[in-house]
Amino acid sequence: MPSKRGQAHFVAELEDTPVAPVDRLDESQKARSTWADAWDSMRRRPMFWISSVLIVLIAVIALFPGLFTSVSPSLGCDLGKSNGGPEAGHPFGFTRQGCDVYARTIFGTQASVTVGLLATALVTLIGVVIGSLAGYYGGWLDAIVSRVGDIFFAIPTILGAIVLMSVLPAATPTSVAFVLSIFAWPQIARIMRGAVLSATNSDYVMASTALGVSRFRILLRHVIPNSIAPVIVIATVSLGTFIVAESTLSFLGIGLPTSVMSWGNDISQAQTSLVTNPQVLLYPAAALSITVLAFLMLGDILRDALDPKARALR
Amino acid sequence: MLWYTGRRVLQMIPVFFGATFLIYFMVFSLPGDPIAALYGDRPPAPGVIEQIRAQYNLDKPLIQQYLIYIGNFFQGDLGTTYSGRPVSDVMAGAFPITFRLAMLALFFESVAGVVVGLIAGLRKGKWFDASALVVSLLLISVPTFVLGFLFRLIFGVQLGWFRTTVSSEAPWGELILPALVLASVSFAYIVRLTRASVADNLNADFVRTATAKGLSRRRVVTVHVLRNSLVPVVTFLGVDLGSLMVGAIITEGIFNINGVGGTVYKAIVLGESTTVVSFIAVMVVIFVLANLLVDLLYAALDPRIRYAK
Amino acid sequence: MSQTLTDTTPEGTESQEQPLLQIRGLEVGFQTQRGLIPAVRGVDITLYSGQTLAIVGESGSGKTTTAQAIIDLLPGAGKITGGQVLFEGRDLTKLSPKDIQAVRGNLIGYVPQDPMSNLNPVWNIGFQVEEAIKANGLAQGKAARARTIQVLQEAGLSDAADRLKQYPHQFSGGMRQRVLIGIGLSARPKLLIADEPTSALDVTVQRQILDHLGTLTRDYGTSVLFITHDLGLAAERAEQLVVMYKGKVVESGPSQEILANPQHPYTQRLVSAAPSLASRRIQSAKHASVGDTAIYSGDSLDDAMVSRAAERESAAPVKDLISIDNISKVYRIRKKGLRTDELRAVDGVSFGIQKGTTTALVGESGSGKSTVAKLVLQLESITSGAIEFDGQDVAGLKGKALLKFRRRVQPVFQDPYGSLDPQYSVGNTIAEPLLAHGVGTAKERQARVKELLDQVSLPWSSRYRYPSELSGGQRQRIAIARALALKPDVLVLDEAVSALDVLVQGQVLNLLTELQTELGLTYLFITHDLAVVRLVADNVCVMQKGRIVEAASTDDVFDNPQQAYTQELLAAIPGGNFQFGR
Repeated sequence: MPSKRGQAHFVAELEDTPVAPVDRLDESQKARSTWADAWDSMRRRPMFWISSVLIVLIAVIALFPGLFTSVSPSLGCDLGKSNGGPEAGHPFGFTRQGCDVYARTIFGTQASVTVGLLATALVTLIGVVIGSLAGYYGGWLDAIVSRVGDIFFAIPTILGAIVLMSVLPAATPTSVAFVLSIFAWPQIARIMRGAVLSATNSDYVMASTALGVSRFRILLRHVIPNSIAPVIVIATVSLGTFIVAESTLSFLGIGLPTSVMSWGNDISQAQTSLVTNPQVLLYPAAALSITVLAFLMLGDILRDALDPKARALR
Repeated sequence: MLWYTGRRVLQMIPVFFGATFLIYFMVFSLPGDPIAALYGDRPPAPGVIEQIRAQYNLDKPLIQQYLIYIGNFFQGDLGTTYSGRPVSDVMAGAFPITFRLAMLALFFESVAGVVVGLIAGLRKGKWFDASALVVSLLLISVPTFVLGFLFRLIFGVQLGWFRTTVSSEAPWGELILPALVLASVSFAYIVRLTRASVADNLNADFVRTATAKGLSRRRVVTVHVLRNSLVPVVTFLGVDLGSLMVGAIITEGIFNINGVGGTVYKAIVLGESTTVVSFIAVMVVIFVLANLLVDLLYAALDPRIRYAK
Repeated sequence: MSQTLTDTTPEGTESQEQPLLQIRGLEVGFQTQRGLIPAVRGVDITLYSGQTLAIVGESGSGKTTTAQAIIDLLPGAGKITGGQVLFEGRDLTKLSPKDIQAVRGNLIGYVPQDPMSNLNPVWNIGFQVEEAIKANGLAQGKAARARTIQVLQEAGLSDAADRLKQYPHQFSGGMRQRVLIGIGLSARPKLLIADEPTSALDVTVQRQILDHLGTLTRDYGTSVLFITHDLGLAAERAEQLVVMYKGKVVESGPSQEILANPQHPYTQRLVSAAPSLASRRIQSAKHASVGDTAIYSGDSLDDAMVSRAAERESAAPVKDLISIDNISKVYRIRKKGLRTDELRAVDGVSFGIQKGTTTALVGESGSGKSTVAKLVLQLESITSGAIEFDGQDVAGLKGKALLKFRRRVQPVFQDPYGSLDPQYSVGNTIAEPLLAHGVGTAKERQARVKELLDQVSLPWSSRYRYPSELSGGQRQRIAIARALALKPDVLVLDEAVSALDVLVQGQVLNLLTELQTELGLTYLFITHDLAVVRLVADNVCVMQKGRIVEAASTDDVFDNPQQAYTQELLAAIPGGNFQFGR
């Protein structure tokens, strides 16, 4: 028997609670793809603009160092100015050899950025191809790739690079990039493989298969576009870490030869004058750090923009 | 758990052989004369060359060379350094020092990293979080060797709080500054990882249930949020050991520590490739074993892994 | 001014009884990038001690937010922006964090929806129950352990003592929910908030657990605030009903009355569309008896469905379009050690589907119904048996022949959020099958896409939109349009409406029915919801553990179920026992 205590039968006024037609599409809203959405959230963040501007600046310096200094970094060295402080036209002072620190820092950009860019490109290419094939086709291909990847992964990148660089003759930015990518590809391959696996198991792939779309076309048109986001993030960050790796190798003396101007070499040579003339070391170090910082910040921004969980909250 | 351990050990074996073989392959079978590669600018005397060839079994096929090498490895013969001393001897003296350094670094990076990350995650968006993020970005951007120089300059030379070089017995106290340098990059990564994990878990359903039970906020954060956030940190530590080893080479080099890293550093700088290769081979083996331990720790922390297929 | 239709002023002294829970003008909002978005906009609810009240609404109605706001369980971005929550006279919105903590668990318990994500995976069950007991001051030390076992046993876990050290992932969904119920009731609170406590569970398990919950709350004298989207369930389990829509209460009062006489247009729509109520109505209409609960029918689909079914039944029998003959699907799973185990997902299933009809495959999780769908679509290969489509054997088709088959048999899947590629615009998604089969020129394809969007009642402008901007119902309509692109003969609908809100579900079912008549389609309709089957299907096959347990026309199955399992499923349809007030 229904209890007499309780709410009265209350009905709200229709004006207060208008009932909309069921599931009507709001035509006034504009269309937004995932990439447009990501772009929209990125451009609102000041850190995106800061890091982008820095990266463009660094790229320009690497490509056209002559625009930024008229001093020739190697020819203009004057031993008489050894370890000299800053003076007009030479804002960063002089190295032990009497070379202009500012000019060397500017010209050093090219080598470091080249290694970083090349290594990233190689690693991304290898990683994406291997990772997607392994994840999509599975089976013995996947098993072999995973085992091989594990083996390379077991050798930390720089340790492996040290071994290889120790036994190789003279190094160039290209060879350093190659050596680094030999040991760094498993990371990207794994990430790509994971993303491909989850995309392959999605309902839209199953739907496309049932519609009659060919297997390869599904890989190209559906799986890869939906798996590429985490790889983009990690590739951006990797650019930064490869630049650091190159400088570490140069610092140890087994990276680029001293004839090539790079930040790592400069820092290494500046060790001895650290106490007396710290700026000789600090300027190239600062250039290096700012470059890496720019790529890391961009990587963070990209991750936030492309992360599906974060998108849901916007 | 036992079954899981067994499987991981089984998976480790091909990796162990594969990695050591890869190193061996890189050194001894790239085009060119391995002796020239190893000894580079300082070729040994002609008579000695024959001895070295015999010592490294260079006249035998590669696989056989490798198997002999691995066989020796298991018997404790890890090769010889450039100057002829057995690697195992040098290792015995150097390892304890590096071990102390590494333990200190691990302690700093995990404890400080997790605590800072936790607070940052709890106060997401506030000033502590923002500064933690900035500091961690800076620490990752600045290479370890630069940081080493900077710290040594500021805290050693200018402020005089620490010795600038470490004595040969390397007691714990002297290793604090180098350990801080070594830990810095990993600390930054752990802060970011913990922060992201904590921020995620704060919105998790099971945290809401815990709150609904009537638990105090403190308990919810420590027993539920933090505990679950530790799992990815442990996974990270395994991979991070690799960079710790690289960092050890640099840090011990800068601070002149007689550890494994310092030995390798000197050998690299002097071009003594035989030493470099032998030591790095050992380091890789240690890396593989340490990763196995980390996997087991991970299974201890996350019961779902133990029961997974 | 509200309209009061029932006079509930009781005689005597009861008129001064204070309600246990009184929510007045509650307002809750969420902070987002675009400012404060209101989720609850002035809600009034009154609950007396010992009563059960259900809040019913679709997604976005604010029902869960209202419940969570009572004990401040709102996620970070949410906050109460106005109104009061009076519990035994105290305003909970004004309490300090420490005071609210004392209320939680002790005075007000909470049972959440999804048992997997609501238990911490890294701690064992005993630990998680014990900490609730300790936190609410019920017992400490050894006594707490004993109490834990008692709580779990009362919740229905018979071997509680043995299971304390086990982890959540080792329990089944039903058992996990029992643990959560145990935790919620462990301190014998005065009020229990149950947020869709059984929506994630199988239908038969749902019934057991809700019955058990009802017994416990009756024994302890606990009031229950029930959140659900299922009106039939709400009416069956609660004496009082509150219907919410877009953050406001549109109608509230005694359940029986609202069912019989809904006044607000929204409530009327809900009552006429809810499958559990609709199926009840259809049965009542066919076998009218005194004492059947009167349920409003408004402009429901019932009559149209029933007459269509009658029409079909009187037509001459036709040869099967799809004939499934003793098929089995065996999976090999690797277990510990090197042994492999067999999983017979489908075990000797046979049935036929006639052209132009809707055949439903009904079963709970693990019954194998989805696997059968995949086998029919040739997305997986059968281990044994044969499937014939239009006289042709389908197994082992490859290349061009397979492509031809695919043109004629198309799927619509369950998850509207997963079955459309997020990177593809709507237009491209619908056009993809046309491209894959090389149909027509670009212009012709465009025209076809327009035609299809028309058929599913979506505007032409939507072709530029992306799935992430659309609702579940809209996405599902696009999936249907895509499936129809090649003018197939058969649509395999695998739980195609299960993830949709009630009204949207009704709309899509309506659409499917119209399309069937218009285009002469044949449907294989996979679902776990027997009530929906009553609305759309001509024939039913009930599956359990990979086998068909009963197969007959819908009428026969509902009027005269032969097997015990079928009877169980029928009994489990919410709203079966309309007993108001216990």
